[in-house]
Amino acid sequence: MDYYLNLINTIGIHTLLGLSAYLLILTGQVSMAQAGFFGIGAYTAAIFTVIFEWNILSAIGAAMLVSGGVAFLVGFPALRVRGLMLVVATVAFSEFARMFFYNLKWRVVRDGAEIGPDGTMGFAEIRYFNDNGWLNWEVTIFLWIFVAVVMALIWWADKTRIGAVLRAVGEDELAADSTGINVTVVKVAAMTAGGVVAGLAGSLYAHQVTDLDHHTFTVLLATFAIAYPILGGLSNVFGTLIAVVFIQGLLIEGLRFLGDWRMLLFGALIIVAMNIKPLGLFDNQTIRVLRNALGVKRQGNSV
Amino acid sequence: MLEINALSKNFGGIKAVENLDLQVQSGEIVGLIGPNGSGKSTLVNVVCGVLKPTSGDVIFEGRSMAGQAPSTRLRHGIARTFQNIRLFGGLTVWQNLWVARNSPKDIRSQSIVRRWLGSSAVLKREIETMLEFSNLADKADVLASNLAFGEQRRLELARAVAAKPRLLLLDEPAAGMNQTEVAELEQRIRRLREQGITILLVEHVMQLVMGVTDRIAVLNFGSKIAEGTPNDIQENTAVQEAYLGHSDEV
Repeated sequence: MDYYLNLINTIGIHTLLGLSAYLLILTGQVSMAQAGFFGIGAYTAAIFTVIFEWNILSAIGAAMLVSGGVAFLVGFPALRVRGLMLVVATVAFSEFARMFFYNLKWRVVRDGAEIGPDGTMGFAEIRYFNDNGWLNWEVTIFLWIFVAVVMALIWWADKTRIGAVLRAVGEDELAADSTGINVTVVKVAAMTAGGVVAGLAGSLYAHQVTDLDHHTFTVLLATFAIAYPILGGLSNVFGTLIAVVFIQGLLIEGLRFLGDWRMLLFGALIIVAMNIKPLGLFDNQTIRVLRNALGVKRQGNSV
Repeated sequence: MLEINALSKNFGGIKAVENLDLQVQSGEIVGLIGPNGSGKSTLVNVVCGVLKPTSGDVIFEGRSMAGQAPSTRLRHGIARTFQNIRLFGGLTVWQNLWVARNSPKDIRSQSIVRRWLGSSAVLKREIETMLEFSNLADKADVLASNLAFGEQRRLELARAVAAKPRLLLLDEPAAGMNQTEVAELEQRIRRLREQGITILLVEHVMQLVMGVTDRIAVLNFGSKIAEGTPNDIQENTAVQEAYLGHSDEV
């Protein structure tokens, strides 16, 4: 049972991580900084619950503010570079954040024991849920409430002019600029929103695993973050969720019985999926087929 | 309304536009013609802020536009279309117009919430007017990338007009169009003038330029070699040598 709850938690956290990259990819920015924002959110929230003994909601809020603020600052220099150069610059940022936590030592004594981030040893004993008697399934529900709210917010925003403007910038920056859209504001806003969501994902992750290690926040995590929306497609937020279930549930957990062969098949299946569905697993065509099958009528201005 | 003063634009050693002066009066339709590579598109890109001039000045309604981004110039009233169509292909026709239609002053008086939700009645009516203007009323929910070529041209024009500009720069709007479509475009340009929009028209299709403009400026190798009414230009020997003399279209 706990195994499945853990898997469901992982899917929820990675969905948030993927959605943070989704917001950026809508504006045409491929950012590897999401691992850095995720790490900042994780360490910040954990520091607030462990060292300052805040309650979990305040700590998550503070973590979202901090990672969003950092993302806002990263957004401006990131405007100067695009495409591959943005990838390189944001990889550098994520590594910078990781090395910061690798060196971060902040030990305090509480009840006769030392706690807090311990440099290379990581940050253990983030026991908020345990100390407050939360059951595992309660943690899962708590976590998925955030996932549901963020998905609903982004899905809704996409129906408003916000979605149209983000996508317009992603489609063609010059045309967007010539249409009166302030591209600078849009790209920095998307970077900030992405930082907030990645920070939320990180703060939930920290309390769910109870033990942070800087090795988690590497380029691999950033790669996963952008792989989800690309594999899932940019039609809507459910594509990202489906891609996370596909990768985390099916490929990583479902193929565990294959042992070392798993990683080989993992890469191959992603290549196959991208070739069959170049616009993502959950593209407009899939949505149309599903709608017809379920007999749902098209409505509004959506496609 | 628009004053271009001693404008030069170099790309490395190439002088794309050299020491060019051009005035456009309010309410006019001014044509800009010239052989390929004579600097017409460069001029459009400098006027709307995509390119920075090497020297010289662009003054719009008495205000220097130096250093202003295209989005800022659009708010001041300069809109443009592109030589190669640049629509937001992944957005619907409606969304393409919605993106453009939000900024003008008359719409800004509407509640910001309703504008961004798309439920503002004024906004809806305006977008419907634009759809009718461009004859795309039945295509509102179609993705722009799925439109036919002629429809994409019409939508791009509508998107520029939706921003309620006072000056509209049209960069070869008739490229690739057939006779009927060019005639339709001519009607549309006339309607825009009736609405009080001043137009600078860069075009190779002489049928359109000669038919619709009040005044024509001719560029060759980045310099203005002639300026006058369509009749003057047709009879100008310098122009004929530089351009029209080699063309089978005229």
